Amino acid sequence: MTTTISHDTANHDAKNTDTGLRVNDFALKLANVNGTGSASANSLLMQAIFRMGIPVSGKNLFPSNIQGLPTWYEIRANKSGYTSRALNYDLMVAMNSQTYADDIKEVSSGGYVLYDSSWPLDPSMLRDDVTFLGIPLAKVCLENFTSSRERVLMKNIAYAGALVALLDIDLNVIAELLTESYSRNEKLLASNQKALRLGYEFAAENFECPLDIRVAPMDATAHSILIDGNTASALGCLYAGATVAGWYPITPATALMDNFTALCAKYRREPVDGAVPGAPDSIQNNYLILQAEDEIAAIGMVLGASWNGARAFTSTSGPGISLMGELLGLAYYTEIPAVIFDVQRTGPSTGMPTRTQQADILLCAYASHGDTKHILLFPANPHECFEFAVTSFDIAERFQTPVFMLSDLDIGMNDWVVPELTWDDNFVPDRGRVLDDKDLSEIAEFFRYTNEDADFVTPRTVPGSDSKGAYFIRGSGHDKFGKYTEVPADYQEVVDRLKKKHAASAHSVPAPIEIRREGAKVGIITLGSCDLAVREAIDDLADLGIAADYLRVRGFPFVEDVRRFVEEHESCFVVEQNRDGQLRSLIAIETEVDIEKMHPVLQYGGFPLSAVQVVSAITETLKDRS
Amino acid sequence: MTSPTKPLIPLAVLPKNELGLTVRDYEGAMSTLCAGCGHDSVTAAITQMFFELSTPPHLIAKLSGIGCSSKTPTYFVRGAHGFNSAHGRMATIATGANAANRELTYIGISGDGDSLSIGIGHLSHLMRRNVNMVYVLENNGVYGLTKGQFSASADIGSRSKRGVPNVIAPIDPIMLGLSMGATFLARSFSGDKEQLIPLLKAAVAHKGLALIDVISPCVTFNDHEGSTKSYRFMREHEVKEIETDFVPWQQEISMPHHKDDAREIIMHDGSAMRFRSVPDGYDPRDRQSVEEYIRERHERGEIATGLLYVNESSSDVHEMNNTPEVALSKIPYSRLCPGSAALSKLQEDFR
Repeated sequence: MTTTISHDTANHDAKNTDTGLRVNDFALKLANVNGTGSASANSLLMQAIFRMGIPVSGKNLFPSNIQGLPTWYEIRANKSGYTSRALNYDLMVAMNSQTYADDIKEVSSGGYVLYDSSWPLDPSMLRDDVTFLGIPLAKVCLENFTSSRERVLMKNIAYAGALVALLDIDLNVIAELLTESYSRNEKLLASNQKALRLGYEFAAENFECPLDIRVAPMDATAHSILIDGNTASALGCLYAGATVAGWYPITPATALMDNFTALCAKYRREPVDGAVPGAPDSIQNNYLILQAEDEIAAIGMVLGASWNGARAFTSTSGPGISLMGELLGLAYYTEIPAVIFDVQRTGPSTGMPTRTQQADILLCAYASHGDTKHILLFPANPHECFEFAVTSFDIAERFQTPVFMLSDLDIGMNDWVVPELTWDDNFVPDRGRVLDDKDLSEIAEFFRYTNEDADFVTPRTVPGSDSKGAYFIRGSGHDKFGKYTEVPADYQEVVDRLKKKHAASAHSVPAPIEIRREGAKVGIITLGSCDLAVREAIDDLADLGIAADYLRVRGFPFVEDVRRFVEEHESCFVVEQNRDGQLRSLIAIETEVDIEKMHPVLQYGGFPLSAVQVVSAITETLKDRS
Repeated sequence: MTSPTKPLIPLAVLPKNELGLTVRDYEGAMSTLCAGCGHDSVTAAITQMFFELSTPPHLIAKLSGIGCSSKTPTYFVRGAHGFNSAHGRMATIATGANAANRELTYIGISGDGDSLSIGIGHLSHLMRRNVNMVYVLENNGVYGLTKGQFSASADIGSRSKRGVPNVIAPIDPIMLGLSMGATFLARSFSGDKEQLIPLLKAAVAHKGLALIDVISPCVTFNDHEGSTKSYRFMREHEVKEIETDFVPWQQEISMPHHKDDAREIIMHDGSAMRFRSVPDGYDPRDRQSVEEYIRERHERGEIATGLLYVNESSSDVHEMNNTPEVALSKIPYSRLCPGSAALSKLQEDFR
């Protein structure tokens, strides 16, 4: 029996519907038309709330389109730090007439709809239980701006201005943010300030400001940053010492390499010794980023560079992993390190490229034909993207094998409030077992797949080292000496060691996070970006009298704790964002725990998970059972 | 079955190169290809070339894809590091390898199936990027390991062993290279070591991607009557007008300067390619005249061999990207990691 959350319906019976004053505890949804410049206004609001010290999240629910299709942005501010998707919206900014009807329906009873009253609202849209806040945004912008582009763009800043008044956002913080954003364009800064003031003043004059939902300064984000996972992953690659990258553009992973490129341009350029300053060749780039002809080439470049001793990586999404399949098997079988970032999106096929999912788990775990098994890391937020990115290179080189960093669109492309990133200047990368010329001079003979250590890893050499260490990498059948073979026992000896090596890596991947509660009989296993929603759900379940333990897997292969967790709980749920319960299957296959002991809770429509969905799925299942 | 190794006891005293190595030091395992295979002659030419150039074996990286041709890197320079990759993907591995360490000499061996069908995209982009390596395309017009299917280089009308004629137009890697911006394009015949060795040397000296299309007959599946990639056909139709000599830079001082500079091209390392009996109006640096010449010869049923096109002035992938002279893989970690202070500072932008 599976609990499937079929679509994103708001549960109006859930919390957040009580009326009265709610400070730092509300959710907004902003409905816009793609390509009209709403993104900067929306993130401005979110960033302002963050700077006021309030835990907040911003989720961009956008279409695979450049201009014209509906797009939404959700902001949830919550003093207790619950910032997964809310689904209950206290205020809707309805800026897209195509979606008015649905957007207005989504507002919680007692909530607000802010709309552009330049045109009358169809009376059929009206609801008695919500307050409509009409602002003639188009009209105001038509009167106050001359260029047609500004008249469109500034509507967004004008509604942001109104929200500043309505929600009591600190005007100084907003002013500061605008100044920072447009420091190089005075004209644009002036227009933005003007639009902001127009919206603010209209709201202040016409509505009772602030509303009963509002913000008040807190001190909860002092040691936090606002960052997306793709930027954080790119930073991790920079700090890990990656020098070569091969990639092919794909949503939602493109920004990872764009960020790595920008970071390298800033931190990896050095003056050339003895060159004339300012001359074209006076600066050298200590990196090489290759935009490949396809993802096959991208992973091929990574393997070539890793074979040659550089730290190399690629960033992609599901379709790219499918294309890389053959070479991933080559890397696994010939034992070449590689780091692959899979920023997961909704599949199969092209699927929904701008929507999130966790549906590449099995694809990556067993990528390629034949018996293959890979190491996976599951970051839950941008902070872990940074840390795990660094770790992934160490693990890849330590175990001489591909390592997959499985983030997703929600982590990769949305801004998250996470603790500041820290760095230990004493960090020394683990380059694994590589024999240099001195090592080679001390051994009688070198054979590539002999002399295994406790983790079943055998030392390698890199091209350019002494001929004694020269060998011929081959994806064809080979024995432990690296020689071509078709002899069953010699072939099996090598692939059996690879299986043991994979198992041995379980203790090197990030350990699962477990949070136990007194007397809990329910256990919830999850991974990646489901983290916040599940932890919030566990608190909500506790309020309902259901104590639940939490386990978040952060890497594959699994340590023994995962199996034990399943066995220790009367009711065990696996919460993940795919149709087939891939994490649940992987746990069952790999730990041999009875799959029936784990109840799947699946949400895979393409939007980030909400605690509301987890709570209702679990309570309904427990009700059915009792 | 493992590749048999050759006996290492020399039959006679062999001459030594500058490194004190003999040609035997540049050999590899015993070939397992069919007796008389054109590829074995190419292997012999490569062995001789590296011996004569005195290239340190451990500074050679040899790569290949999948197919008969791709087996051959095991048959030369046993002291070199090698990578037998996946079908059609050698160009991608070589690109990454070269990116990480530009100090090595790269030689890739491929075939017409590997390069012109499954891997044509990668070969095209390898040429666009101008990755500094020698790319030997052992071209026999046929898939040998899977027993005789036509490849993309088979000529129209060329007959398979069963007598079936090929009806699809062939891809000429030289014409492909001209349109992809390749900077060194040569054609030769596996049976002609005298021509092939200087071409290989020039390819090593060339800074950028050097493609040598070597017609290399398949004795088992494509050496019969009606084949246009057979030994007999090649001997009857090859036109060696654009013959070349390779002059290593060490000897440059003693050579008199050639008057017609169109017929002598100085490579980036100072060595020179000298052209003999170049036809009137042919300039190996002028893409247009090269295209016209090859087409004209092709229409006459002839195969022009030699160094057909060369451009020594363009940048390779490293120059395009301003990378350091030393291998990226050798830059110490301390110069790659910006450190904790920089991390704190850059996070000011994330508030």
